[in-house]
Amino acid sequence: MSRLLDPVWPFMQLRRELSHLIDNLESNGGSTSGVFPPLNVWEDRDNYYAEAEVPGVAQEDLEVFTIGDELTIRGKREPMSGKGLTYHRQERGWGQFERVVSLPGDVDADKVEAHLHHGVLKVILPKAEEAKPRKITVTAA
Amino acid sequence: MATETLVRQGQSEVRRAEPARTRRVYAPLVDIIEQKDGLLLVLDMPGVEPGDIDIEYENGLLTVHGKVEPREQEDACYLRCEYGTGDFHRTFTVGEGIDADKIEAECKNGVVTLHLPKSEAFRPRRIEVKGE
Repeated sequence: MSRLLDPVWPFMQLRRELSHLIDNLESNGGSTSGVFPPLNVWEDRDNYYAEAEVPGVAQEDLEVFTIGDELTIRGKREPMSGKGLTYHRQERGWGQFERVVSLPGDVDADKVEAHLHHGVLKVILPKAEEAKPRKITVTAA
Repeated sequence: MATETLVRQGQSEVRRAEPARTRRVYAPLVDIIEQKDGLLLVLDMPGVEPGDIDIEYENGLLTVHGKVEPREQEDACYLRCEYGTGDFHRTFTVGEGIDADKIEAECKNGVVTLHLPKSEAFRPRRIEVKGE
């Protein structure tokens, strides 16, 4: 059956476009979109780097681990403690969080380093040997 | 006096970058909490060094500014980019019920906490009921 005669096809097309639109909305949301913590990930020749803004999260409440090419950041942020607190404005969230990101290649799990400095977590993930770019010499035939 | 008029937020846009010369500026997320003796302002300012925070109070305006060196890598290849880095800035309107001379601030783990004590006249008072 040709597409034009298929009664379902226009609906499938609409669905595809809607889901595309939703994906775009989500990726433009930034840190206010509800995903915590926001992450920046970049790489150079030898390492992957991941940085997350985790203000107010104590070092002992933060867990970082890697399996293969996956990095997981997990932790919790405590709510304000004390009796008789009346909130006039509450923009900061609290509770447990977890982010899992896939990296393009495997990392050397034994050499991963994580530092927390004034609420910014930075993870340095050395690439596994097989994930590093290799220079191949072109030989003339 | 309703406490909401004591502290009002000055900016409605949260976490949106605004061009300020060459640096980017972000409005930090804030919690405003009322306690018996005053108000607490809790601001998320990740990456700010305690020495780089400026807090000013003038004519009923409380301004919090945190200087942050942008951490973007210029020549790196970004795989994921969910936030930008730059200064933090937010202004609050403070009513006359606050004792501005006694405002205190501390910074821990990238969170700045400001304590704004209520002036004596605005603190809750217990009034004793006398019997006959």
